[in-house]
Amino acid sequence: MNTWSPYLVGTGIGILSWFTFLLSDKTIGVSTAFVRTAGMIERLFRGDKALEKPYYEEYPPIIDWGWMFVVGIAIGAFIAAKLSGNFKVISTPDFWSQQFGNSNLFRWISAGIGGIFIGFGARWAGGCTSGHGISGTLQLAVISWITFIFFFIGGVASAFIFYSF
Amino acid sequence: MLTDLHNKDRLQLFFGLTMGIIFGGLLQKGGLTNYQVIIGQLLLRDFTMFKVVSSAIITGMIGTYFLKGEGLVEIHPGSGSLWTAVFGGLIFGVGFGILGYCPGTAVGAFGTGAIDGLFGILGIIVGAWLFSLIYPLINDTFLTKEEFDQLTIPEMLGINHWLVIVLVVVILISVLGLIEKMGL
Repeated sequence: MNTWSPYLVGTGIGILSWFTFLLSDKTIGVSTAFVRTAGMIERLFRGDKALEKPYYEEYPPIIDWGWMFVVGIAIGAFIAAKLSGNFKVISTPDFWSQQFGNSNLFRWISAGIGGIFIGFGARWAGGCTSGHGISGTLQLAVISWITFIFFFIGGVASAFIFYSF
Repeated sequence: MLTDLHNKDRLQLFFGLTMGIIFGGLLQKGGLTNYQVIIGQLLLRDFTMFKVVSSAIITGMIGTYFLKGEGLVEIHPGSGSLWTAVFGGLIFGVGFGILGYCPGTAVGAFGTGAIDGLFGILGIIVGAWLFSLIYPLINDTFLTKEEFDQLTIPEMLGINHWLVIVLVVVILISVLGLIEKMGL
């Protein structure tokens, strides 16, 4: 797999957070970009009327620092995978197939449904595993530590129930 | 505070992209763009994710509070309530266990060629959109009950932040030591 020590990678992410604060006055976060993307898509269909939605007034469908950050994640992961010879188009991970069979359709539908819960829950919670889990916790934000614990309580319960079938 | 730099909009978009590329590269190098590693964490078989996140918290926390002390950065703790944490957290968790990626790692997984990551991304967009529909209904009731409005642990306890930082570092390193000892 060509991976690095998790401690090295974590330290790297921690150092990256110094620079997001210092150079950009921003915190590492991902889920807000998904709201903005939803708004951009809705705007394609409904035009500027979409902008009147209260949630988009709070998070306007614009390309901002955080949106570029998320695009960067895909590019960075692609480059790292290519450089280490790990880039491979995979429809369904092996670990999934061992448990649930080889149907790509089943995996894709499940992934989409899982994603819907994640998108909805992350916005309800005001952030995801990066916004609360890394950025919020490292700032010692009370809300982020509590939220992060509940992400994992829910995630562990959900994974155990799902993998018991 | 490098306020002038923060106000250069185009340059900031470039910084966002660059920092995202570094973050994505690190996620891939840490194995966190791999479904098996993430779901392995939730099934408590593989503690890679916990190790990455803990060392990111330790490093990030010490550096950020140091920079804050020097007056170079401002922190931005979020706000929310027990209601947003418990309810939002658990809904997120349900999806987390089914998808086997979180938002950042789903995007990273797609970058490494995982098609299921793309379906996860599409789902997250739909989920965020659904939330935008109900937001007006709950905004005035549940979400604005912000019990932890931009509050940090040292502020809540009324003690020096370095005391909390040392405590968090000791706890995390002890747990990591235990995990390593158990070979997880």
